[in-house]
Amino acid sequence: MKTIWGRLWTIFLVPVVLFVLWLVVSADSSNFFFPALAKILAAFRDTWLCGSGAAEIAPSLWRLAVGFLAAFAFALVAGVILGSSKVARDYTEPVFEFFRAIPPTVMIPVLLVISGIGDASKIAVISLGCVWPMLLNTIEGVRSVDSVLKDTCSVYRIHGLRRLLVLTLPAASPQIVTGMRTGLSIGIILMVISEMFASRNGIGFTIIQFQRTFAIPEMWSGILLLGIIGVVLSLLMRLFEMSVLHWYEGARERS
Amino acid sequence: MAPTKTPLKTVTRSAKFRGLVGFLAFLAVWEILPVAGVLPARYFPPFHEVLAAMALNLASPIFWQSVLYTTEAWFLGLTIAFVAAALVGLILGSIPILWRYTESTIEFLRPIPSVALIPLAVLMFGIDVKSALLLIVYAAFWQILIQILYGVKDVDPVALDTARVYGLGRWSRIRYVSWPTALPYAITGFRLGASVALVLAVTAELVIGNPGIGHQVALAQSAMALPEMYSLVITAGIMGVLVNILARFIERKALGWHQSTRSGA
Amino acid sequence: MTMNDPRAGEARSRDPMLAIRQLRKVYDGSGRTVEAIRDVTFSLDEGELVCIVGPSGAGKTTLLRCIAGLLEPTSGEVMLAGKPIAGPSPGMAVVFQEYGRSLFPWMRVRQNVELPLKEKGKSPEERRRLVDESLEAVGLRDAREAYPWQLSGGMQQRVAIARAIAYEPKVLLMDEPFASVDAQTRAELEDLVRAIWVRLGVTIVFVTHDIDESVYLGERVVVLSASPTTVMQDVPIDLGSVRSQLETRADPRFGQLRGQIYALIKDAKHQV
Repeated sequence: MKTIWGRLWTIFLVPVVLFVLWLVVSADSSNFFFPALAKILAAFRDTWLCGSGAAEIAPSLWRLAVGFLAAFAFALVAGVILGSSKVARDYTEPVFEFFRAIPPTVMIPVLLVISGIGDASKIAVISLGCVWPMLLNTIEGVRSVDSVLKDTCSVYRIHGLRRLLVLTLPAASPQIVTGMRTGLSIGIILMVISEMFASRNGIGFTIIQFQRTFAIPEMWSGILLLGIIGVVLSLLMRLFEMSVLHWYEGARERS
Repeated sequence: MAPTKTPLKTVTRSAKFRGLVGFLAFLAVWEILPVAGVLPARYFPPFHEVLAAMALNLASPIFWQSVLYTTEAWFLGLTIAFVAAALVGLILGSIPILWRYTESTIEFLRPIPSVALIPLAVLMFGIDVKSALLLIVYAAFWQILIQILYGVKDVDPVALDTARVYGLGRWSRIRYVSWPTALPYAITGFRLGASVALVLAVTAELVIGNPGIGHQVALAQSAMALPEMYSLVITAGIMGVLVNILARFIERKALGWHQSTRSGA
Repeated sequence: MTMNDPRAGEARSRDPMLAIRQLRKVYDGSGRTVEAIRDVTFSLDEGELVCIVGPSGAGKTTLLRCIAGLLEPTSGEVMLAGKPIAGPSPGMAVVFQEYGRSLFPWMRVRQNVELPLKEKGKSPEERRRLVDESLEAVGLRDAREAYPWQLSGGMQQRVAIARAIAYEPKVLLMDEPFASVDAQTRAELEDLVRAIWVRLGVTIVFVTHDIDESVYLGERVVVLSASPTTVMQDVPIDLGSVRSQLETRADPRFGQLRGQIYALIKDAKHQV
C-alpha cells in the first residue's frame, strides 16, 4: 500500500483540504478585510501575471539576487581567510558578532541616508543583512575542518588552491550552506521591508500601495505572491543543498 | 601529552584581549575616518558624536520608554510563540499520523516571510503592538516548532517501548519521555526564536510605526539627526547582544552540561 | 622483491632507508614545558617492517608525527634515504588510526586514492593504473565508485592503505591503524599488511600499543619507554618470513617474545 500514491496522498491531502476549505468558507464573504479566495486569485492573475504588478517582480528579485550573491562572495573569501587564522579571528569576531546582533532592518534608514532611495541602497541593505550569518558560519566551518583530514593533506603535500578545493571548502560546506539558508531568509525580509519603507518600485512597494488604497483582494494577492516566492526560494535552496551536500546527508544517515 | 590547564587559560584570556583590541580599533577607525575627511562626516558622524547622542539618550525618558516597548513586544511575542509551538509540537510529535499528514503543510507555511503579513496586520490592528505581535509570533513560532519536532523525532524508540511496557499512558509518556528528549531542542528553538523575535519587533516598529526603538530610528532618520540615528542602531545591536546572552544563559541553566549546549546548533 | 628475508638483500651496503637520530620533542605551552620525547634513535633498512610499541601515553603518536614531518622535532633529525627531512616528504605516506576521518567523505573511493597522485603530477593513465593496482591489492576493486561512508570500518581502512601504497612511498608509516576495528577484521588487516609488504617490498613503520600485534607483524620491535620517551630495547623477531594467524600465534617462540616485550613494557610503566 505504501506506494508513491500513498506518499502523494499524505503530502497533498491537508494542503488541498485547507485550500478548498478557504475557497468554500470565504466564497460569499462580506467581510471587507477577508475577501473571497476566488477574488484574491482573480486579483493575483490580473495583477501579477498579466497586469501592472508583473513588472514589479523583476526589480525586487534582481536586487535580492545581487545583494545576496555579493554578500556570499564576500563571506566566502573573508570566511576562508579568517577561518584559517586564529589571531585574525580573535581580533575581528566580537565586532562581527555585534554587527550580526543588530536587527538588520534598522540599517535600512541608515543606508537610505547614505545612498538614497535607489537600487544601490537596497542592494547594500540586503548584502549587509545577509552577510553576517554567511560569514560567521563560513569562519566556523573552515575553523573546524577535521584535524585528521588536514594531516592527510599535509602528508600527501596537498597545498594551496587544490587544498582549498578538495579540503577546506567541501569540509566547511555544511556550515556554509546553513549560513546561506539563514542569509537568504534575512535577504527576503530586507527585500520586502526596504521596498515598504522607501521605494518607487518593487513587490513590497506595490503591496503597501494596495493596502493604503484599500485594494484588499490585490493586497492579499501580494501576500500570496510573497509566500510563493518564499516557498520557491526555499525549495531552490533545498535543491542546491542536496546537490552540494549529498555526501554529508549520506554520511550522517550512516552514523 | 598536550599542555594542560594553565596554557589553555592564557589562550582564552589573550583571545578576549585581542577581541577588545579589535573592538577598540574599530571604534578608532570610525572616529578617525570622518574627522580626517576620508568618509563624509555628514553621513558618518565621528564616533564621539554618536557617543554623545548615546549619553543624551540615557537621560531621555522617551528613549527608555522605547526600549521598554520593544522589549515588551519581544517578550510577549516570544512567549506566545514558544507556548504555542511547544503545544503543537508535542501534540504532533506524539500522534504520528497527525504529523505525517501535516508535515507538508508545515514545510509550506514555514518559508513564507512573516513580513508579507505586514499589510494585513496594519489593516486588522492598525498602528498597535498587536500588529507587531502578529509578525513576531508568526516568525518565531516556526523556528521553535521545527526544533521541537526534530527533538520529538529524536526520542529513543527503546525508551518509548520501555515506557509502554511499564504501562505509562499517553500523557505520562509525553511528560517523562518525549518532553525531556525534546527539551534541548526546544531550548535551541527558544534561542533562535528569541533573535528572530527581536528582529521582527524592531522591523514592525520601523515599518508600521508602533512605538519602540525601530520607530525612533525612523524618526531620527526623517529628522536627519544622524548621531541620534546611529546611537539608536547601536542600541538595537546591544539589545540583540543581550538577547543572545540571555538565551545562552537560559540554555545553560535549563540543560546543565548537556552536550548540546557545547556543540551549538 | 621475493619472499627471502628482506634484510639480507642489497640494502645493507647503503644508508639506512629511514634513520631517526637523537630525536627530542618538547611541547612549549606558555609558562610550562612538557618533554614528550627525550631521546629516540633507531633506523630501518630498505624493505624492513618494524613495529614500534610502548605503554599508553608513550608519545608514540608524537614520534610518528615527527617522523612524518607533521611536527618539527625540538632537536635531533629524521633522515630518509640519507637526506634529512623538513616537513612531509613525497617519499612517505601515512595511514592514520582514525579511518573514519582520514578519507574525504565527499569523494568516492577512487577519487580518494587518486588525489595524492594528481598532486604528484602523474599522468592520467598512470593514475588509473596505480589506483586499480592498489585497490586490487587491498581487495577493494569493486568498491571504486562507493563513498567511504558506505563502507565498513575495516574496508575504509583498506582504502586508506590503498591510497598510501598507490603513492609509492619509500617508507609507509602506520599509526595504530587497526586500533578501532573489531578483532576479526583486525586479523585480516594484519595479514593484508604482511602480504603487501612481501609483495611490494616497501619499508614499513607500524606503531601500535598491542604487543601481540607488534610481534606478529614485525621483523623487529622497537620498545619505547613511558613519556619522556626513550628506546628501551630493539627486539629482533625471529619468526620467519611467513606468518599465519593460527600457526605463528601458536608458536612457543611467539609466546616467549611476547612475554619478553610485555615485561619490558611493564617495567616502563613502573619507572614513571
